Amino acid sequence: MKVLVAVKRVIDYNVKIRVKADNSDVDLTNVKMAMNPFCEIAVEEAVRLKEKGVATEVVAVTVGPKAAQEQLRTALALGADRAIHIETDERVESLAVAKLLAKVVDEEQPGLVILGKQAIDTDNNQTGQMLAALTNLPQGTFASEVAVDGDKVNVTREIDGGLQTVALSLPAIVTTDLRLNEPRYAKLPDIMKAKKKPLDAKTPADYGVEVASKVSLLKVESPAERKGGVKVASVDELIDKLKNEAKVL
Amino acid sequence: MSILVLADLHEGQLAGATAHVVAAAKAIGGDIDVLVAGEGVQAAADAAAKLDGVSKVRVADNAVYAHQLAEPMGALLVELAGDYSHVLASASTTGKNVLPRLAALKDVSQLSDVIGVESADTFLRPIYAGNAIATVKSDDALKVMTVRTTAFDAVESTGSASVEAVEVVVENGQSSFVKQELAQSDRPELGGAKVVVSGGRGMGNGENFKLLDGIADKLGAAIGASRAAVDAGFVPNDMQVGQTGKIVAPELYIAVGISGAIQHLAGMKDSKVIVAINKDEEAPIFQVADYGLVGDLFEILPELESKL
Ligand SMILES: Cc1cc2nc3c(=O)[nH]c(=O)nc-3n(C[C@H](O)[C@H](O)[C@H](O)COP(=O)(O)OP(=O)(O)OC[C@H]3O[C@@H](n4cnc5c(N)ncnc54)[C@H](O)[C@@H]3O)c2cc1C
Repeated sequence: MKVLVAVKRVIDYNVKIRVKADNSDVDLTNVKMAMNPFCEIAVEEAVRLKEKGVATEVVAVTVGPKAAQEQLRTALALGADRAIHIETDERVESLAVAKLLAKVVDEEQPGLVILGKQAIDTDNNQTGQMLAALTNLPQGTFASEVAVDGDKVNVTREIDGGLQTVALSLPAIVTTDLRLNEPRYAKLPDIMKAKKKPLDAKTPADYGVEVASKVSLLKVESPAERKGGVKVASVDELIDKLKNEAKVL
Repeated sequence: MSILVLADLHEGQLAGATAHVVAAAKAIGGDIDVLVAGEGVQAAADAAAKLDGVSKVRVADNAVYAHQLAEPMGALLVELAGDYSHVLASASTTGKNVLPRLAALKDVSQLSDVIGVESADTFLRPIYAGNAIATVKSDDALKVMTVRTTAFDAVESTGSASVEAVEVVVENGQSSFVKQELAQSDRPELGGAKVVVSGGRGMGNGENFKLLDGIADKLGAAIGASRAAVDAGFVPNDMQVGQTGKIVAPELYIAVGISGAIQHLAGMKDSKVIVAINKDEEAPIFQVADYGLVGDLFEILPELESKL
């Protein structure tokens, strides 16, 4: 079975972002970028499936600017066999990404597609679900466990009330949650080897997909800053403040 | 304008989230219908009919909609969406699971986690873990969006909308429900609680979370956690507060042994009053806390419980 994993280049999760002075967007100049953490979990899961002999090939795909090649090389260093880079400098929204991925699914015919549940930049939490709809495949979102069993997969999902397990026919789409696995780090020899692994360069036009969206970003602002308050010296003082100043007790 | 709100269910009953989503729908303006889909959901439909501002409740009561699996729910919404200008759901794990399928099948974008309504086509939503707020305008014919419930005050339940059955029954040969392990608790639900007490890695282990129980009992609070506490297995995943967990905005949030990473702050920084208890006076949580108490939580918590 072939496994397709989608990865996204995003701001590193440790970076505190700044909004541009003209409020047009977030300022990403000279900011450290990385693979979206949920995508790392997706790559790890795919690689583990290969190590277990469930998957025969792991293909990584990204939609993004030239520099997103770095994240594909990371995926290759972590164990993906080959990569597809759909290059564009446009701001590509979830729907267009899902349309492009649907074309790749059509071409590659994977048994399983694994994506992160959300990207930590736009926080959309949509692409996997949209891909599932467009390919008419079942979905197991927010997965904390993925168990392939013959021609189906059991996915345990992190839901608001606890955990839910669904059985899906294969092929299927899975999106990862935090507890699915703990991603490994790429080792230096693997990083060297990854440079020689095949990476296909494509454009949205190659797939006949229009990436323009009907949603326009009018402005981006900083949220209201929360001011730090005071330190209290004792439990008694805390209770007093909560009762008499904040009036929440 | 006409708006369809997908109702959230919890164990077959109407979940509190729906009253907040109806409030968001009212802010947009227009006729508001609520779709209640599931199996054995008449009581939920009756509860939805009481929500102020709702004109009609549409009930799809059929085994295929049990547990609101994404595939049949998406297909059902596609059948119904033609009558509406907007389809809304809460940004719950159900809303997030189902709505993007509708959007994709209708070839429109989805706006996730809407926190403000400027007009019928222009909305506010947080990005980058809430460290920036985007104003976005959608020119799609159908607006599909999930709503952050903490940003809209729930509507009252004094209405009396009509209830009608939806006869659409879709097929689902792709997915089936296997099992569910739901947290059983007498405490208020995290998303709607007036007081939340959360523990982090500093709690040390799951057993120590009992130190929060007595305080939560006295305050009628829900108990939450940081990702680190969930990852370490102290408590289950449904207690995680943050960018990628639950968003809470109670009157009072007490963070115990939590450092205050941006991903955690994303889930609680809209709380009215924040208290932080941490032994490290440099912990970033103190930068957002109204009241900070520096010290060992193992000494502070028992004292706090006894003095409340
Ligand atoms: C993609 C991604 C998504 C994430 N999503 C979330 C999310 O949704 N929610 C979330 O919370 N995190 C999330 N995180 C994780 C986040 O970055 C932090 O790692 C996490 O919040 C840290 O949890 P913590 O504060 O409990 O642990 P730590 O950062 O280890 O802090 C523990 C604190 O406890 C204090 N302490 C220890 N012992 C005591 C004691 N005896 N008395 C008093 N204080 C004590 C310490 O001083 C310290 O400040 C996410 C991370 C990533 C990469």
